[in-house]
Amino acid sequence: MTSPAEQSSGSAVLHPEMVAAEDTHAIYRDGHRLDHAEGASKPFRSQPEPQPRGAKVHGNRPINQAEAAARFIAAPEHEKMHDERLWDLRQKRDREMHHIPEWEQLRSLASAIKEHTLTHLDEYLDQFEANARANGIHVHWARDAAEHNRIVHGILSDHGAKSLIKSKSMLTEECGFRHYMASVGIEVTETDLGERIQQLDKEDPSHIVVPAVHKLRTDVAKVFADTIGTDPDNNDVHYLAEAQREATRPLILAADAGMTGGNFVVAETGTFVVCTNEGNADLSANVPKLHIASIGIEKIIPRLEHLAVFVRLLSRSALGSPMTQYTSHFRGPRAGGEMHVVLVDNGRSERLGLEEFWTSLKCIRCGACMNTCPAYRRSGGLSYGATYSGPIGLIIDPTFNARKYSNLPFASSLNGSCSNVCPVRINIHEQIYAWRRELVKRHDVPLVKKAAMKAAGELLSRPVAYRAAIAAADVALAHLPRFVIYNGLNAWGKHREVPHPPKHTFHSWYQANRGGKQ
Amino acid sequence: MRIGLFVPCYIDAFFPQVGIATLELLERFGHEVVYPRDQTCCGQPMANSGFNAECAATEALFVRNFSGFDYVVGPSGSCVHHVRDNFDAIEQSDEVKQVRARTYELVEFLHDILKVDAFPWARFPHRVGLHNSCGTLRRLKHAKPSELNEPFFSKPMDLLSKVDGIEFVMPARPDECCGFGGTFSVFEEVVSTKMGYDKVSDHARAGAEYIVSADSSCLMHQQGCAERIGVPLKFIHIAEILNGASA
Amino acid sequence: MTSRDDILASIRANLPRVDRPLPHVPLFDESPPPSLLSAFKKSLERMGGIFLDPPDTGDVLAPVRAKIASAKVVCSTVPEIAGNRDIARVDATQDLADVDFAIVRATFAVAETGSVLLSDTDLHVNAVAYLAQHLIVLLDPADIVVNLHHAYRRPEFRDRHYASFHTGPSATADIEGVLIHGAQGVRSLSVLPSPRTL
Repeated sequence: MTSPAEQSSGSAVLHPEMVAAEDTHAIYRDGHRLDHAEGASKPFRSQPEPQPRGAKVHGNRPINQAEAAARFIAAPEHEKMHDERLWDLRQKRDREMHHIPEWEQLRSLASAIKEHTLTHLDEYLDQFEANARANGIHVHWARDAAEHNRIVHGILSDHGAKSLIKSKSMLTEECGFRHYMASVGIEVTETDLGERIQQLDKEDPSHIVVPAVHKLRTDVAKVFADTIGTDPDNNDVHYLAEAQREATRPLILAADAGMTGGNFVVAETGTFVVCTNEGNADLSANVPKLHIASIGIEKIIPRLEHLAVFVRLLSRSALGSPMTQYTSHFRGPRAGGEMHVVLVDNGRSERLGLEEFWTSLKCIRCGACMNTCPAYRRSGGLSYGATYSGPIGLIIDPTFNARKYSNLPFASSLNGSCSNVCPVRINIHEQIYAWRRELVKRHDVPLVKKAAMKAAGELLSRPVAYRAAIAAADVALAHLPRFVIYNGLNAWGKHREVPHPPKHTFHSWYQANRGGKQ
Repeated sequence: MRIGLFVPCYIDAFFPQVGIATLELLERFGHEVVYPRDQTCCGQPMANSGFNAECAATEALFVRNFSGFDYVVGPSGSCVHHVRDNFDAIEQSDEVKQVRARTYELVEFLHDILKVDAFPWARFPHRVGLHNSCGTLRRLKHAKPSELNEPFFSKPMDLLSKVDGIEFVMPARPDECCGFGGTFSVFEEVVSTKMGYDKVSDHARAGAEYIVSADSSCLMHQQGCAERIGVPLKFIHIAEILNGASA
Repeated sequence: MTSRDDILASIRANLPRVDRPLPHVPLFDESPPPSLLSAFKKSLERMGGIFLDPPDTGDVLAPVRAKIASAKVVCSTVPEIAGNRDIARVDATQDLADVDFAIVRATFAVAETGSVLLSDTDLHVNAVAYLAQHLIVLLDPADIVVNLHHAYRRPEFRDRHYASFHTGPSATADIEGVLIHGAQGVRSLSVLPSPRTL
């Protein structure tokens, strides 16, 4: 028998209305419609709708992710497009996985290599630094975000650089880099299309791989009309992308310096590796004479042979594409150029000491956990109000600020799909669960919730009191959901019906029908 | 063998027919099934919210109730997952360890321990969509999750396919979470219910008359969602079908 | 203490006290495709690249000549084809901003992914491979390895300062998943199989 779960779900989608009838601009090769890079496997089409914005951030106060997620869901065109687009990436990932018989073995190897490296992190960083220096790379070390920003500013000042082009880097988001550069008068231009859209809209990236995935084409048309002067009535995606290329190219040619991140760092050769689909990192690195790369200390791996494992997994996990269009290896400056690497800690070495959470440092920032997460797909990445959203964000963000991000580990159904797609086998859902315990221990959860849980624990451990409380089924209905309804609102019944009370509980049926038996 | 029947609190209160079907089904195979009357809950609602200390007394009560059985069997994947994998608020004595190791979810008990090969009394001539709860799918490993490149297997489908007349439908996202998630269902109620709406709509579009699952908690949530948005689906626990429920 | 010392000290203080040996990585080459060139072509086309089939007889470079026939600025770094922009005379990368076609030779290619490796030695000026509107790559069919595990054993990763796998052209689908070629870099990448002439 062919089982439902084993069959391919083909082109079936949850929201058939999102699938466009035709796509006259689709690119074909040899009769096949192409869907490499972030390309969708089928044409989608949205209807215009105002863009919902992300979480409201008030200083150090806990982010209310649920509130922002509800606003995202209240914008159905955005929510449906976001959900279908990311689910499509997950489907493409599955397709790639099935082409690689050794897939699960690669995941195990990637995990083992990362765990080995992290447990010898000092040695490998030392080795990288020596090799990189020998190749002519200037290596800097930054304890935290502020020091990173100061170091980069210092390098730019030394060269009299006033403008910087850069490729996407989650680390620079983490460091509040653009904000800092603006304050010291350096003009920064993001060159990744999605990141550029977000920069022009003064909004953070919502996803670590596809930063503007929460926006519709009409949202982008509005941003571009307001900032780079495109026709506000033209929301053709090809037109918008071309307009951005034309607007950005002169900035690239005129920039004084270029900046990239780094996906991997190879200790034995002193190499760092940057993966992009647009070639924008290579423009940033190769057009200006000065190239600065900001890299988290956890990105290191021992040898070139290990790189193969990660490169094979990265884009397949992220986008269901066999490889990023560009995978570039930087081992030293080019003739006449200068190359700097800033190795950034910013909490990573401390995270290494957290017994239950240190393996989150294995993360290679592929975003597969976000694509598969059913809660993320319906919430939008900006609802998390943090640099890292989705499942990986739930376990990383609290290490930066346990109070501000204290709600995030609860924004998960603990379904575990994230752990299964993770190319480096981080037990994400178990760490989410562990963070809930940790936050309760640290008293970073609401008191009313604690009181309700304490009361539930007391009632459930006393059979007589418990039976009295739910003696009749309709009474049970009134009491039972209170295990979970600690906020005084009937959150269960707001958007769904409550269960129909049966005539009797199992307990009373058993007493009546099997009463003599114990 | 002597089996302790574990009837989780919400099944006791809202789905007594699931407890009855489980009891009768296990008895059909000739085993002594005992229902310890002082049982309440496994502690999961508190543990799931991070309040581990608050479940210690409830876990201790669970062990008192279920100590000494050859097996403890319950018709709820998420509760069994808690007992087996997270039940650590109390000291892990030999007695506690033994109870935890002997606790089984009904489907895996029928499939792996009893190795049932026929349900001659069961007939269910309906189109069903199978919902594997995340607890059974990814923790108890009832079936191969779609994320993994491993050989296909499905214990609930193995069992259900022995039922006369049953027909499976295929939703677009067969093993996507339905959004229940324990306290998630109220903490993030808008996201939770949106996931529920999508889940029941997906099954309905695939042509299901029933959604069948080994977890009544998911079904309770999905039913509430289906009724709210007017999706005409019926919901049934796998124990009821295997015990011969006709509809 | 310097930041470097601080960070390394903090790492040492926090290192997990667990034993995690470095695993052996196999080459995963037990069942190679019958033809590396055909496998490469298939992978390249999936990734949006263009495979230029050389004619059976006559001028093997004819497909390249046809492509560049109406181009204004052609920058070639290969002896087989002459361009009209001499890369040796390029002072600043900005001088390459108006290049229509760049023609380069790949160091080697990877059948698994359809990638060609371009390094600083092949490019002379790295930026030419990104600033040009279109890129044409000559590849010796003898220079194709089966997969990335073999690729990373190549010496270029130990002796070049810059080496980049190009797997199709510049691409994006950041807006609603609509695939666009030429997001920032080249709008097309074509590969012509052409043995090296010594």
